[in-house]
Amino acid sequence: MSDHNITLAEDAIERKTTTINLGPTHPATHGVFQNIMELDGERVVSSEQTVGYIHRAFEKLAERRPLYQVTPITDRLNYCSSPINNMGWHLTCEKLLGVQTPKRVDYLRVIIMELARIADHLICNSIVGVDSGAFTGFLYVMQYRELIYEIYEEVCGSRLTTNIGRIGGFERNFSNTAFTKLEKFLKEYPVALGELESLLTRNRIFMERTIGGGPISAERALNYGFTGPNLRAAGVDYDVRVHSPYSSYQDFEFDIPVGKTGDNYDRFLVRNAEMWQSMRIIQQAYNKIQEFKGTEAEVYHADVPEYYLPKKEDVYTKMEALIWHFKIIMGEVDMPKGEVYHAVEGGNGELGFYLISDGGRTPFRLHFRRPCFIYYQAYPELVKDSMLSDAILTMSSLNLIAGELDA
Amino acid sequence: MAISNEYIQQKLTEKFGDQVFHFEETYGMLSFEAPKDLNLKVMQYLYDEPSLGFKFLTDLCAVNYPDETGRELAVVYHLHNLVQNTRIRFKVFTSIATPDVYTASQLFSSANWMERETYDFFGVNFVGHPNLKRILNVDEMDYFPLRKEYPLEDQTRIDKDDEMFGRG
Repeated sequence: MSDHNITLAEDAIERKTTTINLGPTHPATHGVFQNIMELDGERVVSSEQTVGYIHRAFEKLAERRPLYQVTPITDRLNYCSSPINNMGWHLTCEKLLGVQTPKRVDYLRVIIMELARIADHLICNSIVGVDSGAFTGFLYVMQYRELIYEIYEEVCGSRLTTNIGRIGGFERNFSNTAFTKLEKFLKEYPVALGELESLLTRNRIFMERTIGGGPISAERALNYGFTGPNLRAAGVDYDVRVHSPYSSYQDFEFDIPVGKTGDNYDRFLVRNAEMWQSMRIIQQAYNKIQEFKGTEAEVYHADVPEYYLPKKEDVYTKMEALIWHFKIIMGEVDMPKGEVYHAVEGGNGELGFYLISDGGRTPFRLHFRRPCFIYYQAYPELVKDSMLSDAILTMSSLNLIAGELDA
Repeated sequence: MAISNEYIQQKLTEKFGDQVFHFEETYGMLSFEAPKDLNLKVMQYLYDEPSLGFKFLTDLCAVNYPDETGRELAVVYHLHNLVQNTRIRFKVFTSIATPDVYTASQLFSSANWMERETYDFFGVNFVGHPNLKRILNVDEMDYFPLRKEYPLEDQTRIDKDDEMFGRG
């Protein structure tokens, strides 16, 4: 037995609270989030978030870009569901320009958007599992996200930052391979989702970790500007897809799952239930697409040559296409003057685009309403008096995406 | 069942007279303006009046109009009545020399960070805000980058050594 005693700093025992710095690159925060937390033992007394570590000045950049060049910027907002951002941006432009898209385009978009929603929720929910100690589910379901990414790849050529579609539709028709992959996904994914649910939903450890963690009342959630699954978990059935349908969402039948207590467990359940609803929507959209026959089954963009970039082979062989290509690329097509706000139901809430055009070539001002930037400010209230490990869990169950938060 | 824009306009004019003006409907959304001293009164009225009930602040941001002397900065509020599913856009203008606007953070907790962001990028001073400091940019920054006086880099400039950026 050594006589070397541990020397404690003076007052170390008496000191009531400890302040720790969590993040910005802490492995448990899944992104660049910094929190200065004041702890009493393991209990959170107060916390303050710092954001902005990956701020890239998107709103300023957008002021110098023509509309079609803003699409890649939107990819990098919520990068877990880029296609929704892309579609949201195209829909905003189409609203401003008065472009009507054909039904088939709407349905194709719905398929892609719902796949993106599944990919988004899948990551969020399985990460909640990881943070409560169940790594298996996460690794297992990543195979199915891979299937989704393969469909994106087949449609637009890229996987994470997709830059999918154009103003007026898609850059090319969906190939048969894309539909085959979609069928494969529709067949295999419900099994895996069922397995993920049976792994976590009634799991004693998971339930005890998540029930009652980071709760919020419906009233506070509304006052804090919550939207998306986090608001619905608190019991408010607000969904942009139903309230202001875009891209023909009114043609589909689906439910809005709601929770009750707004805690981590309810958020998990709502996301899971939404994935089932997304599957329903995709199946309906796929059925509707198969009903198109003849030339209608070949439609993949609206007939708006002023804004829709023509196919490259047409540019080389057809006069008309060459002219439009030149006009669009050289910026000779002016936008109409106007102000438009358009919102879509993103993976984690209402993603809004506020676009002001002064009639020039580029937006005069573009503002992104980023859902997680708005609801992240409730975090200190959510984690007050909870354990540090539950605060981590609350953070992942809010589905915070640093790229969107910091824009 | 949405509230009609005419009804909102009528209620507002009844209450505030010609203090609320510039009513217009762009792409289906009613948009109007009020003097900046009235911003809280108007929003409180929209919040409290049972037949209007705009209790959700969707978005808050600013716009810089450098050519409009005396009203260079606009603070834009997007409000939403979730029950009736109606959205409106409400603007107040302020001069860039004294960009003081009352904070809405007492009415909407969500306004807290959105106002900080607006301050960060446009320098709008939200009077009464509990913690008005920069949020996305570094604290040491001494300008407001989204104002139009700061143009983006000229893409055709040639005086720069771009070798490190793969453009050389």
